[in-house]
This record gives sequence, structure tokens and C-alpha cells, in this order.
Amino acid sequence: MIDILLSLLILTGAIFTFIGSLGLARLRDFYTRLHGPTKATTLGVGCLLIASALYFSVRDEGVSVHEVLVTLFLFITAPVSAHLLAKAALHLKVRSLAPTPAPDSEAPSDPDFQRNPAD
Amino acid sequence: MRRLLPHPLLTLTLVILWLLLVNQLSAGHLVLGALLGWLIPFVTSPFWPEQIRIRHPLTLLHYLGILILDIVRGSFHVARLILRGPARLRPVFVEVPLALKTDLAISLLANTISLTPGTVSAHLSADKRTLIVHTLDTGDAEALVAEIKQRYEVPLKKIFEEADESC
Amino acid sequence: MLSTVIPIAYALVSLALVLSFWRLLRGPDAPDRILALDTLYVNTIALLVLLGIHLGSAIYFEAALLIAMMGFVGTVALCKYLLRGDIIE
Repeated sequence: MIDILLSLLILTGAIFTFIGSLGLARLRDFYTRLHGPTKATTLGVGCLLIASALYFSVRDEGVSVHEVLVTLFLFITAPVSAHLLAKAALHLKVRSLAPTPAPDSEAPSDPDFQRNPAD
Repeated sequence: MRRLLPHPLLTLTLVILWLLLVNQLSAGHLVLGALLGWLIPFVTSPFWPEQIRIRHPLTLLHYLGILILDIVRGSFHVARLILRGPARLRPVFVEVPLALKTDLAISLLANTISLTPGTVSAHLSADKRTLIVHTLDTGDAEALVAEIKQRYEVPLKKIFEEADESC
Repeated sequence: MLSTVIPIAYALVSLALVLSFWRLLRGPDAPDRILALDTLYVNTIALLVLLGIHLGSAIYFEAALLIAMMGFVGTVALCKYLLRGDIIE
């Protein structure tokens, strides 16, 4: 029973990890590529980590939960890096399929930016 | 009380993190974790200028439930779109006007948007009033904005900001 | 059951690594490459976790945790560099 559940989790995890990278390789502009790794890959690795927690809990007759730590960490950091990447891409005016929004006039969007006029 | 335990939530989080990290539950580690959880907020107090207050814990739990469900749903949605191929995507940038004011609530909303179906938050305007969001595939941008506001922003506002107006 | 699933999972995750690596080489812009690098970190974590289950050893967990943390810090530093032209202010 546990075996079937484990296999299912591992397979789902691997498939989602693969689909995330497939999106990264296959889609046509940076902003659409961003979606695959942030969502599909994160969930895929999350599934694999839960499978690992389950496996070691069953095998060692004790609860093994430290995998939850990595899962939580990934789920918290993935949107942060996606947001920063999108912000960097908007800043660099990377080619986009969707019309990009008008930047906040000419002023640098980040208030901290003005502290370094040398840039 | 406030002087002895400046950030009770942070302390609790640190104790749980410590127990997860050592991967066992014993009295010794509980004491060590509690000691660290008590000490670290003092050392790092310059990083935490404001107290976090959660007004509606039940709403927070409900919100987390919705969030986990939507993360799974969103991943399936994105996976289907990726497999269908790039030719049929309709990517759009939409601007979401924000009703939230505190930094914490705004960052939580941005993170939620990035984890849920087909959307990634891309940019916060300098005045913190609008959030630019990129969607992978949508036919109706306005409905999407309305859904984001209704589904995620309203509960977040209730959890973190309602108290500010009453007191 | 588990012994048939694990090789399949290995193959899928390795393919994911290859695809990310291809995007890393191809670009075309700097954000694309950073995104590919970030995906490579996450794929590596997946591979390590699989290896841990396959060999029945919990040692690989620490490596996965470290890669997750260092990968995130690296991605943020690179993005900051693109945004400001400077990492430490």
C-alpha cells in the first residue's frame, strides 16, 4: 500500500520536474518561460521530498520530517526569485510576446536606486 | 513580557525549525531550541522593526488551505499549458490595483500570486499602489484581476490590516 | 514497484537537467540564463532526493538543503546585479 503511494508520489514528482524544464526549453519568450520552473518544478520537487519523508519514516520506524524544511524553503523562495527575475527582465526590457507595461515614467522604479547616482 | 519575549511568533517558528532540522523530538532538543528561539530575536532585533499581529487565526488557516489547493491546481494548469505548446498561449501583463498597505501583506500577496494558476508577480510600482502581474494564458484580463482581489487580497486584508483601522 | 519507478524518475529528472542546461547555453538574454541556472539547482535537489531514496541513505538530505539555500542566494545576487549593476550597497 505504502509502496504504491510512494511510487505514485515519485512518478508525479519526476513528471512535474520534467514538465517544468520542458516549459523552460520550449516556450518562446522569457516571461512565459518563467512560469514552468516556478510552479511545475517546485511542486515536482515538493512531491519527491514528501515521498522521501514518507520513505524514511516507514523504513526507520520513526518520523522523518526534516524534508518538510526543504519543501517549505523551496515554496517560499521560488516566488521571490521569480519576482526578482521578472523585475530584472522588465528593467532590461527583454523581448516579450505580451505588450510590456509602461514603466513608471522615466524615474527609476526603485526608490533606493536614486541613492546611487553613479550607476 | 514584551521586553522578555519581543517576538513570540518568531520564537515559536525558530523552535519548530530547530526541531525539524535535528529531526527528532527529545526534551534536550526542545530546551536547546527554546533557548535559541529566545536568544535569536534579541540578536536580530534591528531586522524586525514592527510587530506582526494576526487578527484572525481561523481566516489565516482557511487562507493557507486555499493556497495549498491552488498551488496544486496551478501546477496542473501550467503543466497542461506547457504540454499544449507555445502557439496557443495568450500571455498578458495586467495591473492589479492594491488595497493592501503593509509591506508584509503586499509581499504575501505577491508570493501567493506567483504560486497560483498561471500568474507571476513581476513588479511593484514605487508608490506601492499597483502590482504588475504576468499571466500565461488569459482571455479576460479584468476577470482575472477581480478574481485575484476577491480570492487572495480580501482575506489578507482581514488577517493583517483590519486591526489598524479600528485602533 | 519502487524499483521500476525509480529508474523512470531518474530518466525524467535527467532529461529535465539536459533541457535546463540547453536553455542555459542558448540564452538568449541574461535573465534566461539565470532562470536556467535556478532550475538546474532545483533539478539537482530532485536528483539528490531520488538518490537518497534509491540508496536508502539520509546523508544526501543535507546536501539538498545546502544547494537549496545557496541556489536561492545566488539567484537573488545575480538578479540584484542585473537590476543595480552592483550587489553590495
